[in-house]
Formats: sequence, C-alpha cells, structure tokens
Amino acid sequence: MSKITINIDGKEIETEEGEYILNAARANDIFIPAICYLTRCSPTLACRICLVEADGKQVYACNAKSKDGMNITTKTETIAKEHRAIMEVYDVNHPLQCGVCDQSGECELQNYTLEMGVDSQSYAVKDVDRSSHDWGHIHYDPGLCIVCERCVTVCKDMIGDNSLKTVPRGGDALEAEYKESMPKDAYSMWNKLNKSLIGLTNGTDVLDCTSCGECAAVCPVGALVDTHFMYKSNAWELTQIPATCGHCSAGCQIYYDVKHTSVSDDTRKIYRVMNEWNYVSLCGAGRYGFDYENRVASKDEKAFASAIEAFKKADTIEFTSTITNEEAFILQSLKEKYGYKLINKEAKSFQTFLKNYSEVSGSMLYSGDLELTHNCNFVISIGAALKSDNPNARYALNNSMTVNKGAGLYFHPVKDPIIEGLGKSIMTVEHAPLQEEVALYLILDLFADKEKLPVNVLEYLEGFHSKKTITVEETIKEEIVEIVKEMKLNEETGVEEEVEVEMKKMVPKKVSKEVEVDDNALLEILGLDDSFMETLEKNLNKKDSFAMIVGEDMYNHPNSKNIARLVALVEKCSEIKLTIIPPLTNSLGVSLICELDDKRGSFTVGYNTKADFTISALGDGDLDMPAMNQQEGTLTSINKRVNPTNAALPYYGYELNDIANELGLVSEQTIDYTPSLAAKAGFKDVNFDDLPNHYENDGSEHRGYLLEDIKVKEGSNQNVEPFSDEKLLRDAEMIIYLANPVRQFTEFTHKTTNLDEVSGLYLSEEFLASSEFKEGQSVRVKNSNGEIVVNIVSDNKIAGDIAVLPTFDTKINSEALFNGYRFNKASIERV
Amino acid sequence: MEQFNNRNVSNEYFLVDIEDYPTDGWGKFKRVVKRTFRAELFVGLWVVLREMIKFDIHTVSYPEEKMPIGPRYRAVHEMKRLWESDAERCIGCGLCEKICISNCIRMDTKIDAESRKEVSEYTINLGRCIYCGYCAEVCPELAITHGGEYENASEQREQFIDFKTMLTPLEAMKAGTQLEFEGFGAITPHEDERVKKTPLAY
Repeated sequence: MSKITINIDGKEIETEEGEYILNAARANDIFIPAICYLTRCSPTLACRICLVEADGKQVYACNAKSKDGMNITTKTETIAKEHRAIMEVYDVNHPLQCGVCDQSGECELQNYTLEMGVDSQSYAVKDVDRSSHDWGHIHYDPGLCIVCERCVTVCKDMIGDNSLKTVPRGGDALEAEYKESMPKDAYSMWNKLNKSLIGLTNGTDVLDCTSCGECAAVCPVGALVDTHFMYKSNAWELTQIPATCGHCSAGCQIYYDVKHTSVSDDTRKIYRVMNEWNYVSLCGAGRYGFDYENRVASKDEKAFASAIEAFKKADTIEFTSTITNEEAFILQSLKEKYGYKLINKEAKSFQTFLKNYSEVSGSMLYSGDLELTHNCNFVISIGAALKSDNPNARYALNNSMTVNKGAGLYFHPVKDPIIEGLGKSIMTVEHAPLQEEVALYLILDLFADKEKLPVNVLEYLEGFHSKKTITVEETIKEEIVEIVKEMKLNEETGVEEEVEVEMKKMVPKKVSKEVEVDDNALLEILGLDDSFMETLEKNLNKKDSFAMIVGEDMYNHPNSKNIARLVALVEKCSEIKLTIIPPLTNSLGVSLICELDDKRGSFTVGYNTKADFTISALGDGDLDMPAMNQQEGTLTSINKRVNPTNAALPYYGYELNDIANELGLVSEQTIDYTPSLAAKAGFKDVNFDDLPNHYENDGSEHRGYLLEDIKVKEGSNQNVEPFSDEKLLRDAEMIIYLANPVRQFTEFTHKTTNLDEVSGLYLSEEFLASSEFKEGQSVRVKNSNGEIVVNIVSDNKIAGDIAVLPTFDTKINSEALFNGYRFNKASIERV
Repeated sequence: MEQFNNRNVSNEYFLVDIEDYPTDGWGKFKRVVKRTFRAELFVGLWVVLREMIKFDIHTVSYPEEKMPIGPRYRAVHEMKRLWESDAERCIGCGLCEKICISNCIRMDTKIDAESRKEVSEYTINLGRCIYCGYCAEVCPELAITHGGEYENASEQREQFIDFKTMLTPLEAMKAGTQLEFEGFGAITPHEDERVKKTPLAY
C-alpha cells in the first residue's frame, strides 16, 4: 500500500493505492451516491448508482480501485440519466405510504428520490404478491424491499450467520422494449431486481440466528424493521444520545434513541438503539438490551444513611466490572483512604493474567485490538467461546475471512456450529479442556520465528517432531492416445467416409507412493489427524497478517501463569498481533485502576453483587444505584480505548459519588475524576467533556482516547514451563462449561424485556437426541463443589456433548460448581 | 384594486387642528377645569342612550345571533372519517406533530391486532395552538382539518380536542353530513389534470 494522488471532480486527493474510489471520495467529503455498499464489507454491486467516470470509462465507485493519477468525474450527462432511471426503477410499485413506514424520515429511497429529482415515473411492471413476513425479532415487508442486498451482505461478510439470501420473486419479465429505451445500467439493475427478493437460508419462516438485528439496521428502507420498534415512533422524534454499550468489553459505540414515554407521561424512554453500521456492528445484547435502567423516583435518605453506616462498618467492597472507570477510581481512592479490601473475582484473575503476561512481553497491554483483527487475514482464537464472550471479536474473525480472503483457527473444547458456519476456511480444533497449553505450544510451533524462540523452548518443541513414512495416494494426469473412428466428408469425392483419428487425452490415474513426512506429536495430543496440516497449509497460502484472540478460559486455568507467559511468547516470537478479551464490560479498566485483593474481610459492601450490604443498579439492593444507561463516565474497551458514555435516562437517586463525598472524598460530579484516572496505567489527563464520541467519514474512530502503551520491565525469569498432561475427558460424568448464550452477559441483559433467552442447562440438540434427557426436564447437576437444580434447555447454537451453564441468571448459582476454571466435571440426574 | 395598489399616500396627509399643550401649571389647571365642566362625558352617554331607545342596531347581537363562518375558517380542529368505511382517516404518520410550529400536537402510535399502525393517543394543546393551519395543510390523508367551532372558552379546553370528540360522529357519517374542509390542505380544483400519470402494467 502506498500513497497516491487521484483527482475527483477537479479536487486533488490523496489516498492509498487500491482503495475503492467511493471510500476515497467519502474520506474527502466528496458525495457519490451509493445504496448497496457497506464500508467494511465486500461490494455487492446491486444498486449501480455509484457510477462514475474514471479516465473516460464508466466504473462503479464501490468496486473500482484507485490508481495513481486517476481522473474521476462524478457528474456527467449519462450518469445523471442513469441516476434518474435507477431511482425511478426503485420507485416502481413501491407503496406511497411513507406515513405508516417506520423508516420514513431516515429512508434512503426517500432521500435519493428527492436528490435525483424524480417527479414522474416512466416505467412499469406487474407486481407480484408481496405480503409481509414475521421472522421473529425482525419483520420483513417485501413490498418495501428494494433488494439492495445490504442485509445479505452484512450477515455474510460481517456477522457470519449467513441467515439471509436472495430468493426468486416470480412474476413477469420486463418488457423487451425497455432494453433498448432505458439507460443501460438502470436496465440491468432492474432486470436483476425484478427477479429476486430476500428470504431465509434455513428454509423456514422464522429467523434462527444469533439475533443481532444488524440486517434491520442497515436496511435503507422500511423492509426490515425490529419487531419491537414497529409503529412505536417516527425517526425524527427521537433524540440520539451517543453512548458506549455497557454489556461487554467490546465497548461498541451506540446511540440511545430517546423520546417521552407517551402523551401523558413525559419521562424519557429509550425506544431503540442505533449504530454507525458502516463502522461498528452490534450484537443482539447491545441492540435489544437497552431497558435495564434502574428507575428511582427520589433520593431515599434512610437507605443512604444506612449505606454510609455500612461503609463505615465494612472492611471489604465487592463489585462487578459493570462500572465506569471513574467509579473504579472512587473505589480505589476509598481503599487508599480507609484500607478497604477490593474484591472482584473476574477482574482479579484478568489482572493477574495481564501481570504474568507483562513479565515476559515487557509491555503492560497486548499489541493488537479488534480493528487490527478485522484487517488481518489469518486469525487464531483460543480459550474463548467467541460468539457469546465477545460477539465483536467473532465479527472481526468473520470479517477478516470473508473480506480479506483470510482463514481462521479456532481452538475450543465446545463444538460450535455458529463458528463452523462462518465459512470454509475456518478450522476448529476441539481439544479437551485443560489442553490450552498444548494448543499454545502448537501455535508456537506453527507460527513462531524459530530464530527468536528461546533455545529451551525450541528444543522442547523439536522433541515432538519425528519423521515417519506414509503411503500417499496421488492422482496424476497421464496422457493416453486413443484411436477414434469418425465420419468425415471427403472433399474430393463428396462422400462421407470413416476416418481413423488419433485423439490425445489426459486421464487421471491414481498412484501410490511412499514419502517421508514430518510427524508432529502435538497434533496427536490435541486429537488432530493428518489432514489438519494439509488443510492448514492450504489455508496459510498467501497469508501475511496474523492475529490472535485469547479469551476468558485462560485466566482461571490452573496453569494460567504459564499460559500468560506462553501467550506473551507467541506475541514476542511471531508476527501475530495479540488481543486479550476482558471478561466483562470494564474488566480492563478495573484491573488497571484498582488494586484488587484475594480474600474478603468480615463485613462486605457489595456493588451490583449480593453482600452484607448491597448497593445495586439492578434494583434489588439496599440502596439504589444508577444503571449504565443512566450514568456518564468512561469505559475501557478491549481495543484499549477509553470510551465516554452519556446518560440516556434520568436518575433521581444517590450514586456512588454521593457516598464517596459523604466519606470524605470531594467531587461534585463523578466525571470530575476522569482527568485523574491512573496515569501510570496509561490513562490521560483529559476532561470528560472534551472526549469525542463519533466516527469520521473515512471510518477513523474519534472516541475518547487510546490508552498509552506503557512499557514495563521484563521479569528476570523468562522461562516457560512444559505443558501438563492433565486434561478433562468425559467418562461417567459430563463436562460442564460456564458460558452464557449469545445476547446474554450479566444480570443486566437478563433484566431487559427484549432479550428473552431462557436460562438453564444448555445441551446440544444432538446430545439430547441420543440421551434419555428431554428439553424442559428438571435435573440435578452435582459435583464435589456443590449441586444445583436446573431445567434443561435445548440449544442448537452448540454441538457435542459438553453441557453449558450460564451466569446471566443469578437464580442459577452456576459458579458454585466450578473452581474458577470454566470447565469442570459433574453428574447430571433427573430430579 | 387600484386604491389598494396606490401605496403612495403622502399627499393626502393633513394636519389635525390641535391646540398647543399647556406648558405651565396655570395652563394645565385651566384645561382640567374646562374639560370637567363642559360635561363631555354626558355627550357620549346621551348618544348611547339615544341609539338604545331607537332600537336601530347595526351590529350582530352576539351570542343570540352569530355570523356565518367561512368554509376556510380555522377554528378548533376536527378529525374526518373515510366516506367508504367510516374508519378514521388518520394513519398516525406524525407529520402534523412534526410541522406544528407551536409544538402543541402529540400522538402515540402502536401496532394493532391487524398489524396496522394505530393512533392510540392524540392530543392538541389548545392553549398553545395558534390556529395556523399547517397541520391541516400537511396532512396527507385530509384527516385533521380545522372546523368552525371558535367558542372555546371553557374550564378545560382539553374537552375540545379529545380524539373521540374530534372525530366526525358516526351519525353524521350515516346522514352523509360530514363536511370536507376547503381551506389549507384541501385538494385544489382540477388536480387530476395537472398530475403526471404513473404508467401501469395492468
């Protein structure tokens, strides 16, 4: 990639070699109309409206790459004619009922029809029956659909569910005379449009996907809408509050669309969540899980007084990571002032993992982020149930495979049909639990630069290699000569006669031969067969940028220290860009700001978690706190970015800052602490109100700031241990895994009305079919740690025979069965 | 129209014969005495009394007598029904709410049992309404219009704009007495001839 200069409409602009003309124009505020193109996805070429003239030739700006010195004209007479014709075609048979369309006011068909000045119609075709479909959480009205295929594109290229496709429309063909009379591109666009509509790939009439709602977000017209939003409000009535999603560590930028509740109730209410879909894609939790606010009518002075008393009495504060950086800072300041013990289990293990990682890597934080992962072409994921732990990491993996022609390697014990369904070039390795170390050694073996590896590791790895002789069957092509009889006209006599002709043909032939190959014992330990290396080599072809995502399974692994060091070693000795997924919303911020303790004292105050005295934003505590959509503050995301979030809804009760003020800290607002966050961890001295929260036209992210890359001293001991042979294998007991279904993260997502996942013991469909258990049955899950009684839920988003227990529903005390590590064994019996 | 078109009125100004204002205290005193004892007040009272006795009244004797209201008059709003089905015309598009310059219209919509958009609440704050007629003009369905009811002095003006009372009563629909509003937003005459026809493939 090198910088080049192109000329668009007389304006010299600088861009990258090979950048699409459309993106180059957009980055420089030059308007080229485009409907079907999505910035981070591959060009669809359905709408053809982005027509421009490049060096005298008509090209589509969305898929024509810029070359140095290119001369581009966006407005010519022919292009204007095409534009007008294309918009007229889109308006053919489109209902003129904008008044009852949810997209009205933000409809691209309305906008472009006006932009192109369409005031009359010249084309017509008989319409077919296009009645609407209720697809579950999405409503599809084919009558409004302009088949730009944006939904199909985003589902395939970004999300990876591949749930949508174009289906035949039926009906009449276009009148033949249009082919002559119409502008060329408009005609071919119409010809294609007239043959298709959008349908589901699963053959039913109900969506069965990970329910992210991105298809409805990108729909330029009102064809795809969120069922919960139908006819609730017009777009122009809603005020957009820029915020940061508070459900997981991805920290996606979202807009809360708010309006008064009703004619008689003036209280603000969130009607929906919108995103800048060109630059950020949301998951179902972010999009539909917005009404988790804690409505408090007034300040409860009595509860506040008892809270102060409890704080004075307490020696421990326990909290979860669903808090802002500022709140974490308040807790840390309280610790410094009064010597509280700070307990946060999941952040503590993450903090320890990062510390161990730093000792070998020499930097406080990992080198990569999800944006880099998007742009790589080989992504490795290890130790994460990617689709539910961090949906955006999965989008990055999928996006890198589809758009960059990349490939992926997914290590996880739980077989995952969603990940397998991402594409042909994803390889999944279902190793046994506890074998994450082996997998890391395999990654070192496969990807590390052998010269950079420490000698002992190199020797250790070489110990697994041996030569073996195998017989391979090869298909070679052999030339054979056949004599064929043919009838041929004799030109002299004019009579047809038989002639013998020699025909040369290539025929495939199977040959067996013996070859000496490298045998990698690590593969065998992980339960992989020989075809793995073959496929991997094929997948590694032409790959030049690598990324690795490390997840939550590792932080509480019995050998997590060694794992953290191995992870650092992978990053150090290879070109792999590393991203470590923080387990919860602000685990990264908490682990950078707070000094966390291991053991609690005698009296504990819990923040969003049950304790002797509980302050909670869930509405079930002794004193109410504001939920994430009612607060302002900053959150530290997986991308090492400190993102600001704003209050979408009012809150009239007490907040943590009030308690802190009462206890002797002085600050009018919580956000007054923003500039003083831990500078030694990379936070910057910036006021909250100066933090931006938007994307620019060229896709650059202007949200908060990036944490400074702080170098730390490498530990004197750089050694990594060999892997332990321990692994969990299924015997009479089942293997259980602690993970939430997609769209659920915490009690906050559980509280929302639109996220209706049922909690229970998740078993895969295939396992249920082959066992005596049935969906809905109540079972007792028991092991040496404890026992719980739950209902069985059939889950088609997992496969294999590992049972999954969720954490989002605190009624099920799943954690009681685990020793920290996310896998364990347990027996399951019917109650 | 010529008299209106000629806006150059400067030539027709004339000075009214007004005495100079008194400047000193004595002058002012003299003016008060003069005005008081000339009984100007009674002159006026006499004129009123005389005309009352004559019973020759030139004004409308409101409220017994009311002037007819023009069809384009903009008073308290009405909601029209469809001639074909008696169903309410309002589709809840929210354009009146958007265009209202005094920001006095609010509506709630929802999806009804037949998956159609339904207006569940509709209010106009008559205390703020300036009767500009924009809502009627913008309404794509000729649903909200102005009516002739200008007497809206009441303890609660809300009763005038209850959605149910704004709607044409069903009896009026049966009797066919619903009046189309001729003011802002009404269809202009000969509209059909001026519209460019959309081709149809049927």
